[in-house]
Amino acid sequence: MFETFMINAFETSAIVAIVSGVVGFFTVLRGAAFAAHAIPNGAFAGAAGASLLGISKLVGLGVFALVGAVLIAALGRRSRSDVATALTVALLLGLGDLFLSRSEEYSAQVFALLFGDILGVASYQIVPTALLGLACILVILMLYRPLLLSSVVPDVAEARGISPRWMDLAFLIILALVTTMAVPIVGAFLIFSLLIGPAAAARAFTDRPLPAMVMSSCIALVVVWAAIAVSYTTNLPVGFFVGSFSGLCYGLGRGWAIWGDRLRMSGRPAG
Amino acid sequence: MVLAGRTILDRVSFTVAPGSFTGLIGSNGAGKTTLLKTILGLVKPTSGTVSIGGAAGPRRDPIVGYVPQKIALEPDAPLRARDLIGLGLDGHRYGMTRPSARRRNLIDEILAAVNATRFADRRVGRLSGGEQQRVMIAHALISRPRLLLLDEPLANLDIGSSHEVVELLRRIATDQGIAIVLTAHDMNPLLHAMDRIVYIARGRAVSGTTAEVVRTETLSELYGYHVEVIHAAGRVLVAAGEAGEGKNARTPPAPPDSQVG
Amino acid sequence: MDLSAIIIEPGFFSNQPVQTALVVSAITAVVSAVVGVFTVIRGQSFAGHAFSDIGGAGASGAVLVGAQPLLGFVTLNVAAAGVMEMIGIRRARGRDLATGIVLGVALGFSALFLFLATTYTSTSGATVSILFGSLFTVAPSLIPVVAVLGAFVMALIAILYRPLLLTSIDYELAAVRGVPIRLVGIGYLIALALAVSLSSITIGAILSTALLVGPPATALRLTKRTGTAIAVASAVGVAAAWLGILISYDTASWSADGNGWPVSFCIVAVVFVFYVSASFPSRLGHRVRGHHQEPVKSLEPS
Repeated sequence: MFETFMINAFETSAIVAIVSGVVGFFTVLRGAAFAAHAIPNGAFAGAAGASLLGISKLVGLGVFALVGAVLIAALGRRSRSDVATALTVALLLGLGDLFLSRSEEYSAQVFALLFGDILGVASYQIVPTALLGLACILVILMLYRPLLLSSVVPDVAEARGISPRWMDLAFLIILALVTTMAVPIVGAFLIFSLLIGPAAAARAFTDRPLPAMVMSSCIALVVVWAAIAVSYTTNLPVGFFVGSFSGLCYGLGRGWAIWGDRLRMSGRPAG
Repeated sequence: MVLAGRTILDRVSFTVAPGSFTGLIGSNGAGKTTLLKTILGLVKPTSGTVSIGGAAGPRRDPIVGYVPQKIALEPDAPLRARDLIGLGLDGHRYGMTRPSARRRNLIDEILAAVNATRFADRRVGRLSGGEQQRVMIAHALISRPRLLLLDEPLANLDIGSSHEVVELLRRIATDQGIAIVLTAHDMNPLLHAMDRIVYIARGRAVSGTTAEVVRTETLSELYGYHVEVIHAAGRVLVAAGEAGEGKNARTPPAPPDSQVG
Repeated sequence: MDLSAIIIEPGFFSNQPVQTALVVSAITAVVSAVVGVFTVIRGQSFAGHAFSDIGGAGASGAVLVGAQPLLGFVTLNVAAAGVMEMIGIRRARGRDLATGIVLGVALGFSALFLFLATTYTSTSGATVSILFGSLFTVAPSLIPVVAVLGAFVMALIAILYRPLLLTSIDYELAAVRGVPIRLVGIGYLIALALAVSLSSITIGAILSTALLVGPPATALRLTKRTGTAIAVASAVGVAAAWLGILISYDTASWSADGNGWPVSFCIVAVVFVFYVSASFPSRLGHRVRGHHQEPVKSLEPS
């Protein structure tokens, strides 16, 4: 289980998991699940466009992720954010369709971008992944307090000079960074599972923000490593296990929360 | 502090002194929230100025504390009352929260001041509406503002709790020398607490002490038709009277508390 | 040369795939518009989009066991609607989270079915073909199925219309009036799941989302009245679909190798242009800013 490609897989997926746990905390807090689905999905079109132009896939992904983020923010100023997000993802995927129709790209490449290729990660991919991940974490650490305040009570934050619009854009750009980092590794679909499941589960176990963020990263790490290990032994795709383990963690978290509430109820004196 | 807006509100002008308690009274849609947002610098008046502590224009540092009307906190968010109050201290700064004994003491002090120590460590989204409101007041107060704005703080409270909140705010104003401005559609719970009332109707306002403003003559002039101010059992009712002579045929807007039985 | 011959390349109306595309796209555009107006008002675009991906997993699974893809699509979507409603909380954020969790698990299954399909049946699975889809490859025999399913969805919306409108616009008033809110919610979610199944499997997931959200959002920019918005959205949807088909057909005729712009891209682009141009008048006029968390707010006259 510990051949070179497996070591690569464990290393890169650890970076992806830790970063997505941290960003996922804010994704769930802000209710930005749709954007977390739309940006990676739309960025996939960028990779298709890049291969058409013969440039690096990472550049294509990055550019389209950013375009998606800015488009969601720009349209969101004039309409509800879910409408803005839906139209953005449809438009970007439409462009992806156009790019694919122009190229001779074999559809296996498409699958890799959608479902990822963790076991196929090459050593040269580790450095860019780590750098992008580091950038995400640094931006989050820098914006931590205003982002937290703006996510929880946007109008109070605005009264203190924190523009909700700028925070929205900043967060979408962070999502774009995560996308660029993670799509070549785990794919557009699974980065979404990693952003939502672990963070949603973590909030059941702690009621403080910082521990919730750390725990979300830990859960994401366990999910990804367990998925890789099980996938290696069963020969079934990693994506399946990432998706189901994330869902399972959320279920466990919900169960834990409900059980805790019951316990507190019964422990409390009547009246 | 002088305010003069001219949008939905025209020629509204009043001043509040440190440590005073001012009520902005008006029916729903009279423009109270707009007035608060103008003071906060979130809405620009078409003409006129707001000046706070001698300085005009919007402010970045928390000289003004704000408690919104609707506090929609998510029940599952991993955030304790204490954490949210802490963000009142430094939430607008970049970087991570740096825990310190001083910070903790400040939070404990303010928690005690608003009687919120009991639920300080509970998830803020799970607290009741009244408890969340006290947390938000603490959040606004911890940065030691000179002016505290509250939008309809009594709207969803029962009589007992609204009495408690008024007492709490009155005490804060006196003890800490903070000017408090709050909006309400019903002036009754505030009658004994207000130093000054700003009564808004038909896009205009009159201000003064309650005795000066809440009179049949003053309010009739403001509304542009005859209203009757009735004192009954320690409460005040403003009831629409006969339409005045030669007024236009439009039906007059109902005074704010005409429906109070 | 006749002007119409320049705009509409010869053979457009006599072409059999084009005829099928025109009929199928019209039906799906109208059904999507009717359901979509409520999707936009209720702020459930994410669920609407998610169903196309979730159903994709269902379709792949169905193909694997030799069943009808549409059956798998509909079954999994209706099941997903149930789970979403079960863990879904009333607030928009909780609902998005519920959608996200279900979608995340479904995408995992997509990965599994895709793998099994490529390994054991050496087909490419339904996921990617459903994602992009092509109107020009729809079999004419599918038209009756589309029509029946579409009629069923319309009937469901017609039954739910009044309580649905009330719960969408004023939740509390609806609760006070004794409207069975949960029942209406789940009924609507099922209608949405069926409408998305219908459109995804025929015209692809991209178009499904575009037609579900784009024309209704455009219509709601132009009118605030729900009945009118439904009519306008249907018209906008059909117009966008047909215009897109025309552009795709024309570009194919113009290019040397017959490789025109994909029809999904063309329709999405038209939908997007419609939406953006509908946004312009209100930008010049009164400045209305949509609210992010409260779906109802944007309907109120300001």
